[in-house]
Amino acid sequence: MAEAQTVSTVKKGRHREKWISFLFVLPSLIAIFVFVYGFIAWTGYISLTKWNTFLKDLSFAGLANYRFLFADFRFQSDLRNTVVFTLLFMAVCICLGLFLAVLLDRKRKGETLFRNIFLFPMALSFIVTGVVWQWIFNPSTGINLILKQLGVDDPPLWYVQTKVIPDLHLGQLHVGLPLALIAVIIAAAWQLSGFTMAMFLSGLRSISDELKEAARVDGATEWQVFRYILLPALKPITFSAIIILGHISLKIFDLVYAMTGPGAAFVTDMPGLYMVETTFKGSHYAQGAAIAVIMLVLVSLLIIPYLVLTFRKEESL
Amino acid sequence: MIRNRIAPFFSNGILILLSVFFLLPVYVMVTTSLKPVSEATLAQMWELPSRIDLTSYGIAFEKLEPHLLNTLYLVIPATILSALLGSLNGYILSKWQFTGSNTLFALILFGMFIPYQSILIPLIQFLQKIQLYNTIPGLILVHVVYGIPITTLIFRNFYANIPREVVEAAQLDGNGIWGIYRRIILPLSISGFVVVGIWQFTQIWNEFLFAITITNTSQQPIMVALQNLSGSQIVQWNIQMAGALMAALPTLLVYIFLGKYFIRGLLAGSLKG
Repeated sequence: MAEAQTVSTVKKGRHREKWISFLFVLPSLIAIFVFVYGFIAWTGYISLTKWNTFLKDLSFAGLANYRFLFADFRFQSDLRNTVVFTLLFMAVCICLGLFLAVLLDRKRKGETLFRNIFLFPMALSFIVTGVVWQWIFNPSTGINLILKQLGVDDPPLWYVQTKVIPDLHLGQLHVGLPLALIAVIIAAAWQLSGFTMAMFLSGLRSISDELKEAARVDGATEWQVFRYILLPALKPITFSAIIILGHISLKIFDLVYAMTGPGAAFVTDMPGLYMVETTFKGSHYAQGAAIAVIMLVLVSLLIIPYLVLTFRKEESL
Repeated sequence: MIRNRIAPFFSNGILILLSVFFLLPVYVMVTTSLKPVSEATLAQMWELPSRIDLTSYGIAFEKLEPHLLNTLYLVIPATILSALLGSLNGYILSKWQFTGSNTLFALILFGMFIPYQSILIPLIQFLQKIQLYNTIPGLILVHVVYGIPITTLIFRNFYANIPREVVEAAQLDGNGIWGIYRRIILPLSISGFVVVGIWQFTQIWNEFLFAITITNTSQQPIMVALQNLSGSQIVQWNIQMAGALMAALPTLLVYIFLGKYFIRGLLAGSLKG
């Protein structure tokens, strides 16, 4: 009896406490709604104006800035570079990360040391990474010194290279893989492969050892254990890794800024870089805002389905 | 039997080879920064210094010191404030859920994925209006606000591991929301604060986009100063490398000594609790 009474007082208190609990998160909610959603809306509005000079001009321009961008050689190059960079960067990080995780998962001796070596670049700034890799890929030193020692007479030009392969023409744009991006992809993968390794490693550790052992006892080869037990179990983690790497790569800015800049004929340019340069160096605020809106749309296509899925799953639990 | 002996040999070989690749930039940074100017040439990149010369560190430090201090003034308050906010939000959103709280949480989380270019122009107009543009307090405000999603996420996952009974028992003892937070939850949060603190410290220390657009000249944090140092053609290569190493050292040390917590923050950031 007494117990039932306490439970009901607690319940009555619950209603009031829910309001109090809302008040505790209210400051953060207001901050997020102003600084994220409010500012995004304002950026969206700016992208529809004529504010492309130092003097603020908020008169309506319709979609003129977007039309300008999609016809602009630099922005077209940026979109090509983003697609190429994102696909290759994700592929390298996921393959290398998975490979490292599988190697380390079976190893007990020296595992911590190796794991730390593969993961430490995550603690570095993209600026530091860019500054160092810029020297390593400088065509007159670094990697090319080693290649020359190995007898390569004609070493690659790395990020100075302006060639695009297979160089299909689509209007003024050269469609294909700009070879200069390879150096940037290597530097970015160097920095983030350890992250996918850590994700995969935590996934592999959560697969029970008995399951793997049982399969081995039944005569499965190591490849079959990997293909039919480990790989399916790692699917959700691979999905998360794609989302995380994808949104990093769509937003990439600092690494390119420090390592190569836009490059000749914009072979290493990215939307994030174009936005900052055109806005703050060229005072093309409306065009910068339009680039930012396009970046946001690209990231949202990746993130919103992911957030919706994650929260559906959580609520059904 | 033979397979069992060859396989580990083979996998060790690959791991060592890849480790060499991963440590390549460290080798270049360390050896070059210790070289005298005459040896920091393009042709001698892979050679060890003939003697240890620390002049480059002196020159780099002289140039970077004010900016290292700027970053220190920025990173300490910003980390503490955003960890406190995240802890409070995480506590409410995991233990005192109200109607719509999960949707609100998802709306908060979206803020950590957006490209910051999409809020940058209004943000700068706003900071100019409240007179915090080109100031360290302005940058602190920015990092605290945009740190809310990740710190809330990490703390929400962290508090999900504290059993509901603990909260209910404290409630029966007559504690309110704030009392339970202060007396029960906060003392249990130390490792959560370590994870979030390390994560925010590293992120804010390394951040570049806000740093370069919100501050100029004397207020600039270390990463902008490093970029300026290495972007200039006149600065010697050994000085650039010494500067890069100095700028990287604080987060590297955190990683070396508290790596376990760093990895926990990293994995929490991928939404997996």
